[in-house]
Amino acid sequence: MKEILYQTTHGRNVGYYLLLAGLLCVIGVALYAAHYMDVNGHHITGMNNQIVWGMPHVFAIFLIVAASGALNVASIASVFGKIDYKPLGRLSGLLAIALLAGGLAVLVLDLGQPDRLIVAMTYYNFKSIFAWNIFLYTGFILVVAVYLWMMFERRFNRYSKPIGVFAFIWRFILTTGTGSIFGFLVARQAYDAAIMAPLFIVMSLSFGTAVFILVLVVTYKWTQRPLSDNILKKLRKLNGIFIAAVLYFVLAYHLTNLYATEHHGVERFTLLEGGSITFVFWVVQILIGGVIPLILLFARRANPRVSAILASCLIIIGAFGQLYVIIIGGQAYPLQLFPGMEVSSSFYDGVAGIYSPSMPEFGLGFGGIAMALLIVVIAVRVLPFLPASLANLESTESNSVGDTQIARV
Amino acid sequence: MRISFLVVCLVILANISVAPAQESNVVATSRAASMEQCVEPTNMMRRDHMDFLLHQRDQTVHEGIRTPKHSLIECIDCHAGKDDKDEFVPVNKEQQFCQTCHQSTAVKIDCFECHATTPDVKVSKTTAGSHNLINDLQLVKSDDVAVPLELYLRSFPLN
Amino acid sequence: MLALAPGVRLIDLAMAKGEGDAINDLVRWGMLVDTSKCAEGCDACVTACNEEHGIEDFGRPETDAQWIRKVELKDKQTGREYSLPLMCQHCDDPPCVDVCPTGASFKRADGIVLVDKHICIGCRYCMMACPYKARSFVHENLTNQKSYSPRGKGTVESCTFCVHRLDDDRAPACVEACDTEGHHALVFGDLNDENSEIAQRARTVSNRQIREDLNLNTGVRYESI
Repeated sequence: MKEILYQTTHGRNVGYYLLLAGLLCVIGVALYAAHYMDVNGHHITGMNNQIVWGMPHVFAIFLIVAASGALNVASIASVFGKIDYKPLGRLSGLLAIALLAGGLAVLVLDLGQPDRLIVAMTYYNFKSIFAWNIFLYTGFILVVAVYLWMMFERRFNRYSKPIGVFAFIWRFILTTGTGSIFGFLVARQAYDAAIMAPLFIVMSLSFGTAVFILVLVVTYKWTQRPLSDNILKKLRKLNGIFIAAVLYFVLAYHLTNLYATEHHGVERFTLLEGGSITFVFWVVQILIGGVIPLILLFARRANPRVSAILASCLIIIGAFGQLYVIIIGGQAYPLQLFPGMEVSSSFYDGVAGIYSPSMPEFGLGFGGIAMALLIVVIAVRVLPFLPASLANLESTESNSVGDTQIARV
Repeated sequence: MRISFLVVCLVILANISVAPAQESNVVATSRAASMEQCVEPTNMMRRDHMDFLLHQRDQTVHEGIRTPKHSLIECIDCHAGKDDKDEFVPVNKEQQFCQTCHQSTAVKIDCFECHATTPDVKVSKTTAGSHNLINDLQLVKSDDVAVPLELYLRSFPLN
Repeated sequence: MLALAPGVRLIDLAMAKGEGDAINDLVRWGMLVDTSKCAEGCDACVTACNEEHGIEDFGRPETDAQWIRKVELKDKQTGREYSLPLMCQHCDDPPCVDVCPTGASFKRADGIVLVDKHICIGCRYCMMACPYKARSFVHENLTNQKSYSPRGKGTVESCTFCVHRLDDDRAPACVEACDTEGHHALVFGDLNDENSEIAQRARTVSNRQIREDLNLNTGVRYESI
């Protein structure tokens, strides 16, 4: 029976406090940006009546989608029985909660009336996928918290599988709900597609795994704990499969649209004539976020550690690009009210929406990321989320010290 | 020592148990200053005005019921004060009607982010003298007629 | 219908609403736009709407609210040009109502689609969902609102068919303005009343909804498009 020693991080070094200070600074900037937006109104941002959702939503949806995917590692262990991933389960759950909390914070702070959050929690229109998402997101945090509890408390370890299955299903519904935010919109040419839901599912798997790899590598480096190449090899392979799946769904989506004459306009806009949208699609989403990581992750001669880290970074950059194209590109393409007509008006009918992101929006977005990271940094200090060593999976250290825990695998 | 302590206690109790004869918070230059009471008894208004407003807003917005009695527009018409130039002062400004209570109770109101803080004095010819049914439809010209506020308000029965 | 003859009412006296009565679904308000009468270069309806609701021009056309706008159209194949006013279409099955998480976007019993700004949290999802881009978000602090048309920062708004006027048995500001200008392109009235001018005209003259493929059953219909 393999035993894993989990240990909190410790040590009063300058690096830790600098990290905390840095994250708090970014959060401070985000709060100031939110206050500035609240006092002056949204006209100080780049969002307008044509592009109503901007960078904050790109960041928020990235965080939410990655949160769902980050739990995947724990699911692989609990649900699919791959014991090799078991030591990573706690970090996976923690990351899922942290990323989701960060994403929700960004969404709430961008609302036109954030002080009415209590209204959002008491008045519900259940035909709205947004209303369902409120339950799905907050419920997710609860479910994962219980899941972590099952993993932490030894006598409940045997429940981690059923709770894990429940969390897995919840995750699927949550991510389907997130994709359906766009998929349910009949009005816009780029949305109104059933493929949005499964596209978001594979996106979550890809982005979540990429974020997990980065957090894992950085955490183990900075706490000077050993991390074996074995684990990274496995995660790297997963990452490769997921990014291939994302590329496949993107291909299916665009091929289908290209077939239908009705959608030629939006495809021409996205793939060819959309200016910044086209650039972000081809260079950031496809090349940086898809093709290069795919090569890195499947190249046999590549150093597994370096290629995994580099590919994860690129995938995350590509993720932002993909969400930018979906969210902003989807809004920028004008509504087709009068097919076959040249349209113009004082309200920007018939022309592509113009959007240039502003500093407050970036402030909010990065604040969400910082909040997620802060939660992780503090949590691994307080509770034993991280195995003391991931050198190799046959480790049998069995000394129990204060903040450590031994779990039977 | 004991007796003086008791006396002090009794004095304090007497002061707080007797219903305080509160000063009126009504602004002297508002129309409300000349009225005996509001649309409901004063104590009821002090205690429940938020419930009346909340109920009224749902009725007005969702069902189109616009009874003047609990209408926010009517409240403002009556309670808005005037300055030296005989112009209306926003009803939610410092020292004006709403803030005299809301400041001390520390309850922030966000009605006036959306709602007008002064009465609209100009009215169109067609609505002066009636609230709902009109006697005949007339095309409203771009420059409306200014009706004396008294005349306009007299058309809305308060009960 | 708003006609030039005095004594003609929007709806029959028998159905007219008393002061304390709720509106009901016997009436369905609608508008019929005759684009052939919509004059090029005229924006009386837009000006009237802005005036009526206190919509200020902040000089920021990308974020300034527009409840109604004139759309200039040119057929790419035939070259035919015309214009029409576009505002909230007051759909019978509004996508904006479907997607609102709090239920702030709602349809009144008499068919008018409104935003209950008391519970609007400003998420702008309805703006994403509207096929007509009818909604505007208030991007700045507002002052000097009209008492009968409350508007505020951080909430979403759109054409209300001048509901404050309707409850007072008057026609919307745009309709009155168009009539004042002499164009009479906008006919407003009760679609459910088969004797009303709008119902009679809609029954006899060819008209259609914009994006009828979405099956939203809009309250606003257009002739000659």
